[in-house]
Amino acid sequence: MSHSLVNWFKYASPASFYPLAGRLIPYFASAAAVLGAIGLWIGLLFAPTDAQQGEGYRIIFVHVPASWMSMFVYCIMAFWSALGLAFKTRLSGMMTAALAPTGALFAFLSLWTGALWGKPMWGAWWVWDARLTSQLILFFLYLGFIALQSAIDDPRRADKAGALLALVGVINVPIIYFSVQWWNTLHQGASVSMTKAPSMAHTMLAGMLVMALAFWAYTIAIALMRVRCIMLERELSSEWVKRNATE
Amino acid sequence: MKSQHAAPFILAIRRDLLLAARHKTEIVTALFFFVIVVNLLPLGIGPDADLLRKIAPGALWIGALLATLLGLQRLFAPDHADGTLEQMALSPQSFTLLVAGKIVAHWLVSGLPVVLIAPVLGLQFDLPGRSLGLLMLSLLLGTPILSLIGAVGAALTLGVRGGGALLSLLILPLYIPALIFGAGAVEADLAGLGAEGHLSLLGAVLVVSLFFAPWASTLALRVALE
Repeated sequence: MSHSLVNWFKYASPASFYPLAGRLIPYFASAAAVLGAIGLWIGLLFAPTDAQQGEGYRIIFVHVPASWMSMFVYCIMAFWSALGLAFKTRLSGMMTAALAPTGALFAFLSLWTGALWGKPMWGAWWVWDARLTSQLILFFLYLGFIALQSAIDDPRRADKAGALLALVGVINVPIIYFSVQWWNTLHQGASVSMTKAPSMAHTMLAGMLVMALAFWAYTIAIALMRVRCIMLERELSSEWVKRNATE
Repeated sequence: MKSQHAAPFILAIRRDLLLAARHKTEIVTALFFFVIVVNLLPLGIGPDADLLRKIAPGALWIGALLATLLGLQRLFAPDHADGTLEQMALSPQSFTLLVAGKIVAHWLVSGLPVVLIAPVLGLQFDLPGRSLGLLMLSLLLGTPILSLIGAVGAALTLGVRGGGALLSLLILPLYIPALIFGAGAVEADLAGLGAEGHLSLLGAVLVVSLFFAPWASTLALRVALE
């Protein structure tokens, strides 16, 4: 074992990760607040009104980052799941469980803001577009994961079962995406195009990226908070929790 | 030597088929469930022949999904309850092969009858003869996928509170590609587009799930048995 490898695994133990997470949370939380404020300022006040879509387009500053995060969080969950199954680290399952509600929240937010955007732009709350449909299915996958985890009482079994489900899901996500896309083109032809305007103003792009960073920081902060709760809950009888609680 | 390796696989199929033959009502119930669900749709929608022909592939496929789900809950549960599953996991034979045999037996008991009765229901929906054959072919390729992916879900929810409803929540989203390609093959043919593309993709999904599903089910069962 090389020296660096030892350091890597140091924080795989809840006892040493708990205080580290506690130290990191304020940084990420404040980063989320500051970046969110800047992003909203760019998005709502600074960015120019869109020539075709008017003011309604401004919802993309929440919608697009939320959609990105919903997909990205699922990939991170699959990553932790693979790690947990390979190395049998307790923390991996806890991280996966801590990330799932946030991912589900972003998937829901993306669907909700998409509907709000679709009504004035397309004249419909919902269309059977490939992206919308696969986003909805991603939301179902999150719900399935959360339901499975909460249905199993033994936390170690819940972690492993959840990890397997997340990995099966991540293999299926691209298959589902392409099948839905093909189904969509077969069924309704060219009715609605979701392709973005190619000449997006730089300020719009900047606003979206800043908001994405804000969501990222929010996800990390909230996942660390949740993982701290999970650690305390599961290891209530262990020595380090008692030490931490008395401090 | 080769037959020796396959022995647990054949043994598991024979055992489960024998058990199914001793409890015929279970097979018949799932099959009747399929027939009734598919027959409820025209009653809810109306007897318009053009509309029925259009929704027939989707209706039959959704019926097949639900009928498969019904039998899945009993794929591992009885063996888990009486301890057989634990013995299988501990036996020197390959557990994956035993599980694969159980999945094949499940398909023979719940998938194959659906494939065989589908043309009769297709006639009720006024499908032309060519489409009936294609419907059977798409179900023949697709129902094994349902059993394979379903086995992973059944293993994950083994002995878990509210297993049945949870199983549907986990598995139905994963069935979507099979549903799209399976029903799409018949629809494309009805529209005069040719079904080869859909059938090839359905076959590809079958091969992928044939490769991964028995292995993933075995892993999930080992987690459940710990």
